[in-house]
Amino acid sequence: MSNPEPLIKLTNIHAGYGGMNILHGVEFSLIPGEIGVIVGPNGAGKSTTLKAMFGMLHCSEGSVIFDGHDITNKPPEKLAELGMAFVPQENNVFQTLSVQENLEMGAYVRRDNYSHLIDHVYEIFPALKEKRNQDAGELSGGQRQMVAIGRALMIEPKFILLDEPTAGLSPLFMSEVFDRIIAINKAGVTVAMVEQNAKQALGFAHKGYVLASGRNRFTDTGAALLADPDVAKSFLGG
Amino acid sequence: MSGSFLQKYSRDFVFFGGLLAIIVGIFLSQGSAYTSRMLVEAACYAIIALGLTIQWGYAGLFNIGIMGFIAAGSFMSVFVSFPVNDKFWNGPGPSMLVQPILILLIGIALIVGLRKIKQIPQGLRTFLTIIIFAVTYLLVVAGIEPAAKVIETDAGFIGGLGLPVFIGWIAAGIVAGLIAWFVGKICLGLRTDYLAIATLGIAQIIKTFLKNADWLTNGTLTVSPLPWPVPKPSDGNFTEARTIYFAMTAVVVIIIYMLLERAYHAPWGRMMRAIRDNEEAASSMGKNVNRRRLEIFILGSILMGLGGSMLITFTGLFDPSGFIDLNHTFLIWVMVILGGTGNNRGAILGAILVYIIWVMSEPMALWLFDLVRVYGLEWFNWQAPGDLDSRALQMRVFVIGLTIILVLRFAPNGMLPERIRQD
Amino acid sequence: MNELVFFINKALISGAIIGSIYALGAIGVTLIFGILRFAHFAHADMMTVGAFISYILMSMMAAAGFTAPVPLAFLAMFPAMIITALLAIWLDKVFYKPFRDKGSNPVIIVMASLGVTLMLQGLVRLFGGTRARSMYIGENKEIYRIPFPGAKRDIILTEPQVLLFIFTVVAVIALAIFLSRSRLGKAMRAVSDNPDLAKISGINLKHVVWTTWIIGGTLAAAAGTMLSLDVVLKPDLSFGLLLPIFAAVIVGGIGQPYGAVAGGMLIGFSETLAVFNWAVLLRPFKESFPDWFELPTKLAFVPTEYKLAVPFFILIIVLIYRPTGIFKGKVI
Repeated sequence: MSNPEPLIKLTNIHAGYGGMNILHGVEFSLIPGEIGVIVGPNGAGKSTTLKAMFGMLHCSEGSVIFDGHDITNKPPEKLAELGMAFVPQENNVFQTLSVQENLEMGAYVRRDNYSHLIDHVYEIFPALKEKRNQDAGELSGGQRQMVAIGRALMIEPKFILLDEPTAGLSPLFMSEVFDRIIAINKAGVTVAMVEQNAKQALGFAHKGYVLASGRNRFTDTGAALLADPDVAKSFLGG
Repeated sequence: MSGSFLQKYSRDFVFFGGLLAIIVGIFLSQGSAYTSRMLVEAACYAIIALGLTIQWGYAGLFNIGIMGFIAAGSFMSVFVSFPVNDKFWNGPGPSMLVQPILILLIGIALIVGLRKIKQIPQGLRTFLTIIIFAVTYLLVVAGIEPAAKVIETDAGFIGGLGLPVFIGWIAAGIVAGLIAWFVGKICLGLRTDYLAIATLGIAQIIKTFLKNADWLTNGTLTVSPLPWPVPKPSDGNFTEARTIYFAMTAVVVIIIYMLLERAYHAPWGRMMRAIRDNEEAASSMGKNVNRRRLEIFILGSILMGLGGSMLITFTGLFDPSGFIDLNHTFLIWVMVILGGTGNNRGAILGAILVYIIWVMSEPMALWLFDLVRVYGLEWFNWQAPGDLDSRALQMRVFVIGLTIILVLRFAPNGMLPERIRQD
Repeated sequence: MNELVFFINKALISGAIIGSIYALGAIGVTLIFGILRFAHFAHADMMTVGAFISYILMSMMAAAGFTAPVPLAFLAMFPAMIITALLAIWLDKVFYKPFRDKGSNPVIIVMASLGVTLMLQGLVRLFGGTRARSMYIGENKEIYRIPFPGAKRDIILTEPQVLLFIFTVVAVIALAIFLSRSRLGKAMRAVSDNPDLAKISGINLKHVVWTTWIIGGTLAAAAGTMLSLDVVLKPDLSFGLLLPIFAAVIVGGIGQPYGAVAGGMLIGFSETLAVFNWAVLLRPFKESFPDWFELPTKLAFVPTEYKLAVPFFILIIVLIYRPTGIFKGKVI
């Protein structure tokens, strides 16, 4: 099989908070253009894996390679320059800044003219355009999520990391957010996301990772995982 | 057993042994009068430092208004124990003061009562509270002003109650605790930066009040000589009097130390440390956190009031202008963080050692700057400014500031670190 | 009418003067509080140091025989602002940043700032002595008298007061434009709002921190110099400034520069109105009072000695009823 070079590759990651490891040798890789979804029970280390990828906590062992660069334990502020963008689950907008300013902050590392990118975000999320001068803190949960994703798109990332982008959203908003994520991926952005709504997310994932207790349990294409009775029984609620 | 005991407390032995050697050295070179004065004052500082180490070390409370608690406590003990001023009591003063005091009490009762009546909506209650406060304030001020004038011209100031000094010291602790209750009630729910700002403010206000309320405190005219609870040096044997006073303060220090050690290892102390080390986890235990903090803030402030009043009693002079942030707040901070935050022995060690250095540093700074003056003139023909001596003492301000930063940066645990982690 | 002019001079103008000083100091403190998340206790002493630098530069200019249509110290203030800003960055680098890098509890940094306070105070008095100095050498303080229709008295404004008003207005407008328009200004607001997200977005924290200290340092130097120009330069200038400035910051809402301006003005006016002798204003209506009411010669809410109690009282009220301040700042 002539596998293309992976865009992101985590090898044998051990990481955690304050000396206590949560991840015990997690593996993760995506080739350009893929959507990778991480699912698993609470406390499995899903968000921790994303944070380890993005240098937000210390990896005691293992390596993170992105686009040919070793970025293990690189601080997050350096990663934007490489084309990585992260959307945290909570507190993911600047509440006291307007929608437009939030997007501008997303483009902070750019020194070129990025007005076309702002227009592009407004194309993807038309609801944001009318609220552009409103403070992000005044928006609804779904709209905030759009601002958060829009902010991440401002660096034209090669790779975007989403931590539970649909947490707390109504089902209607949820599918809208999923649609946008798929559209962003179609435009050529590699996506890694943690998702509670495993069934829906695995439905469009190229690759699915099932984690449990900080270790890989199952890894396959999204469709194959959905079809696997073991996975279904233990992790997808039957 | 003795081996491990020695090992466990080796730092204590080294530091306290060194301290003892220094004290003996000072005794031999400076004589008993000097040494005994220094030791008494250091012991009083140790009480204050114990108050701070429980506030900061046990509970992480940031009090930078120690001076205020010391000043308020000292005044209270002076008021309780100073001889009765007959001129005041026989004059019109007392009857003139009755009315404002009554109004004050009624006002306080109304405000407290209002808080209890939950039927009135919050907004209206707030509004009424402010109105009552303003009216009470204006009436009290209007009542006190003429009384103050009469007292100042007729009697000087109101004098004291003539009660035993011990009662004065207890009153000092109580008044400091009350002030702590008031400040703590307001600020302890918020991050400790707010407490710092509030304590800083209240300390300045207490000092301003004591300095300007001549009718109450004799203001800049100062009050002296203060009575002692034990025979005074002027009554006879100088050294004996000081030795007895020192023995008394030493006993107080030891009693407080033993009580604090017990509390520290009791469930109460464990809870305090849990709150300090992980506020979030502790707050899941309920809103008890603020209550516990208030307790410890009050307790620490009581010790500050007590230690402060014992110090002032010893010096024999109550001078409201004599309370300064440097000596009565920051010096104590240095004692606590250098000695070892959260370690009671560390606070005592730090208090005595830092006080000795502090006392010695004054002549040293003067001597050093005298050298600068002499050699500056000789070598560079530099005419030193006339106020060089007062400037020299400013050097100590700089050194205290530098010490705080150096200790925080390079020895954050101090000389005797808190040893709870080994237990 | 004379009484009204007296009121304007003694209450309104002095309130605005001291309010501007507080506002200039409070902007720096609130930005530092919002971005670096600690109460910077050395700020008032940075004002003193800035004023002393202005004084030294002014003396050098006077010695060189330099003359100008404005007070020399006002000209000296601008280089002094730059020097103070550099000093602020240096102080941060040497005394505060190591604690941040270590991940210390913010309260340790507050304590370090107290250490810096003492060091600055010690140095200023060591080199500057303890006496008060005039910021004018061989110059006169110009005084403008503006006649008020129908009054025998004039409204009195001094040159430094006029300069202070102009400077404050210009500084606040410039700051507003900077924070709402410029990339760095928006980044400052972003860091103050959500430091983690700012880091994720690739915002360079170092630049933001520097900018914070530059703004704080320049405004502190300006406020210290202007205050000394209006009164005198004293080494204990900072005494009595710290509490009102912190009160202004908390009243205005931590991290809110406009709140700091509003809070500074509020505290400034409250102070002067509280110590103002209201009997003067009531005197013209003496005849209309009932007989039993005798107008006292002095009728002020707070005696002048207790001026410091006013910001403290306001602080307490705000902490009890609205800890976020008027402009909904953070509760740290």
